Amino acid sequence: MQTQLVTCTINGKLTQTVVDTRASLTDMLRNDYRLTSVKKGCEVGECGACNVLIDGECFNSCIYLAVWAEGKTIRTLEDLLGPNGELSDIQQAFIDEAAVQCGFCTPGVIMTAVEILGMGRRFTRDELRKLLSGHLCRCTGYENIVNAVEKTMNKRLDG
Amino acid sequence: MVVGKSVARIDAFDKVTGRAMYTDDLADSRAYVAKVVRSTIANGWVKSIDTSAAEKIPGVVKILTCFDAPETRFPTAGHPWSTDPHHQDVADRQLLTARVRYYGDDVAAVIAENEVAAAQAAKAVKVEYEVYPFVLDAQEAMADGAPQLHEEFPNNILAHTKMGFGDVDAAIAEPGLIKFEGWYETPVVQHCHIENHICYAEMQGGKIVVVSSTQIPHIVRRIVGQALDWPWGKVRIIKPYIGGGFGNKQDALYEPLVAWLSLQVGGRLVKLDMSREETFANNRTRHAIRSHITSYVRPDGTFVARILEAFSNQGAYASHGHGIAAKGMSSFAQLYQCEACRGDAYTVFTNISVAGAMRGYGIPQAMFAGESHIEDIARGLNMDSMELRRKNMIPVGYVNDFDKNEMYFDSLNQSIDKGMAAIDYKRKLAEYQNQTGPVRRGVGMAIFWYNTAVWPLSLESSACRMVLNQDGSVQLQLAETEIGQGADTAFAQMTADVLGVPFENIYVVSTQDTDVTPFGTAAYASRQTYAGGFAVKQTGLLLREKILKHARELTRMAEFNLDIIDGNIVRTTDGRVMMSLGDLATEVLYSLSHSEHIVAESTYQIKSNAYSFGCCFAEVEVDIPLCKVTLLDVVNVHDCGSLINPQLAEAQVHGGMSMGIGFGLSEQLLFDPKTGKPLNNNLLDYKMATTMDHPDLKALFIENAEPTSAFGTKSLGEPPACPVAPAIRNAVLQATGVSVNKAPLNPHILFERFKEEGLI
Ligand code: FES
Ligand code: FES
Repeated sequence: MQTQLVTCTINGKLTQTVVDTRASLTDMLRNDYRLTSVKKGCEVGECGACNVLIDGECFNSCIYLAVWAEGKTIRTLEDLLGPNGELSDIQQAFIDEAAVQCGFCTPGVIMTAVEILGMGRRFTRDELRKLLSGHLCRCTGYENIVNAVEKTMNKRLDG
Repeated sequence: MVVGKSVARIDAFDKVTGRAMYTDDLADSRAYVAKVVRSTIANGWVKSIDTSAAEKIPGVVKILTCFDAPETRFPTAGHPWSTDPHHQDVADRQLLTARVRYYGDDVAAVIAENEVAAAQAAKAVKVEYEVYPFVLDAQEAMADGAPQLHEEFPNNILAHTKMGFGDVDAAIAEPGLIKFEGWYETPVVQHCHIENHICYAEMQGGKIVVVSSTQIPHIVRRIVGQALDWPWGKVRIIKPYIGGGFGNKQDALYEPLVAWLSLQVGGRLVKLDMSREETFANNRTRHAIRSHITSYVRPDGTFVARILEAFSNQGAYASHGHGIAAKGMSSFAQLYQCEACRGDAYTVFTNISVAGAMRGYGIPQAMFAGESHIEDIARGLNMDSMELRRKNMIPVGYVNDFDKNEMYFDSLNQSIDKGMAAIDYKRKLAEYQNQTGPVRRGVGMAIFWYNTAVWPLSLESSACRMVLNQDGSVQLQLAETEIGQGADTAFAQMTADVLGVPFENIYVVSTQDTDVTPFGTAAYASRQTYAGGFAVKQTGLLLREKILKHARELTRMAEFNLDIIDGNIVRTTDGRVMMSLGDLATEVLYSLSHSEHIVAESTYQIKSNAYSFGCCFAEVEVDIPLCKVTLLDVVNVHDCGSLINPQLAEAQVHGGMSMGIGFGLSEQLLFDPKTGKPLNNNLLDYKMATTMDHPDLKALFIENAEPTSAFGTKSLGEPPACPVAPAIRNAVLQATGVSVNKAPLNPHILFERFKEEGLI
């Protein structure tokens, strides 16, 4: 087994850990940092449950090697909660719109929503569907997920 | 009152912050990792297993083969146990098996210190087989001379049941009847919950403790006990949050094996995590069913006699078995009325992955066949299919002989009217008549029949516990499980109303632990709000009574003049708040004369169930040269009685519709005819619907309060998935004039049909 030291910023904190060079970023985040919002639904890049932001861009962390995280800035769902436990607008929207059922796809989807909303553009509903299409959800039919992202986008843009 | 209000889910905060804990999140990192060694043939015997190379892999702890495992056979279906041996599920599973019955059968298991070693060792185990011919199709498996799977079931027939009323032969002698006949076929599909099945086990306190992603903890406890020949009281099952189930986790999947593996390594912690590929191929699937329907109809559309033959593909082991085909056959006998009816349903073993329970339990298959057939009859008679349905549908006042279910309301006509208006059906139907050209549009619909819960076929019972805290808040425990559908929230709403306690003061213990959770059979048959509702109401009334007795002592007022309103003891004669529930609870608990912990617990046995009806309307665009269907609009209408939480009900319907869309248009699990190997057991090649495959989903309701129910409610979990595929199929028929009798309506299947009909 080969190991390597990986230094990166996770949820705003500079961190270091030694990983098996074969380990995925999902494994490192879940096992070494106990960031259990990063879920495993397929581990081959098909479902989006393990999605995290790396330098502001979404990646399925299950097909991203942990060693590639060297020097990167990573954000997981755990980072969205404010210091006093305040929910971000997109988290609140997922609650208000009943976009959460079993909740297993939810962390990954919300992180994609963070990326979409971060672009600061007004997307059509069809564009939003396309941007969210990397996530599989078996519970919601996606309807309320699209609603939650759309409403948050409009709120942010309309102030 | 909070029942009927769209309050937010009580678990939503934890789920949007990543705090909700699922099985893998709870597993300790010191756990050994187990991996199942799977057969690479579809039928035969294991002759020998060579583990020598695998054992040399660093990190391997122990390898156990089918020759090490006990002979004990156990059933896996998530049904309540029956003390009558004639009603018990077929016990045909072993922890590991030398007699291989499908590609991927469990022949050995590796326990290792880590995942990599477990995976490498599983690959390095060498298995020698005696190979038999295999059979993948249900009707082929019934033929004389077909390969046999289980000795006790000649011609591979797990069960054959007959149903009927009236005299079909006499009825069809009537002159002038028109005969309609068709074969309809639905594929093997899989549940595709996003969390794969996972479980881990360890000996603690003299018990084998299994934490599992399951829908049915108390049932799994019994099955683990049976499989291990181990006292049931020494089995403890814990169910945390689960990432969806949809019926797959209404079976004992790998809990018995992981428990046994733990015992083989001195009770140490062992984790068994399914890959997505294993979830598809080695858990459970939906039965593929081929149905042959014959109807004899008068020229005015009145049904006179109907005959059904259904062949249900069970796969290699019995699991839920014949229950699925039998439920489908019940719907056939009831949804449309006629003078005489006959049915034969066969459930047949084949060498494919095992079929079990899946959302709808035979009804999606039966509706695809039945509702396609109705549309074909209407075309043949040149009659409006809605008129044909309305003429023959189960009428208000119908009472079923067997279960005493009654059709109390005109739910079907009301749903149809609402759906027609929502999709502008009449206008579109007229507009899309007689189209030509390569791209055409159509509208179609289907109705459905569903039956809540399982009484009187099986036990229906639910137990509940309520504990009053010092501050007047309440802990609620039920065996009925939260599996994503929002059960915990619905039960909290019910409890708040029964007790008169604010909703936010009800705390549901979401995790079931069979050592402490009251008994109940949990999540299946869309039974939980119905069955659990009785237990909540009965237990709530008991707790109220206890509270009011104490209130009488503390306030010296007559019990009948006291009530609990919004968390306070109120004198009803003048509305004065006498004391808060918190003050009462504190006073009683810390009383120096007679301290009491105020709790209530009770079991309710349910001896009724309830029909649930509704329909789906779909509008499609068919690109004939591309053989591609685009769903433009889709509406489901449901009468599930009174809604406990309208917003969550709507969300539940969306999910079922999505599953129905996949069933109708894209999903099928395929097996290689040359080897029996599953061909597309992954989320890339198996086409589950994505955000791009849906139009906006519309869910509408008719709220006829169910008179037998504690809260006016009845099933909604499974029904939404039942009518969607045939509605799409009927819309494609309107668009193209082509009847496609095989799901899914994907380009491969449409190409064949369009070619046959000369469209391409
Ligand atoms: S777990 Fe990474 S995409 Fe499915
Ligand atoms: S909420 Fe269950 S998979 Fe999306």
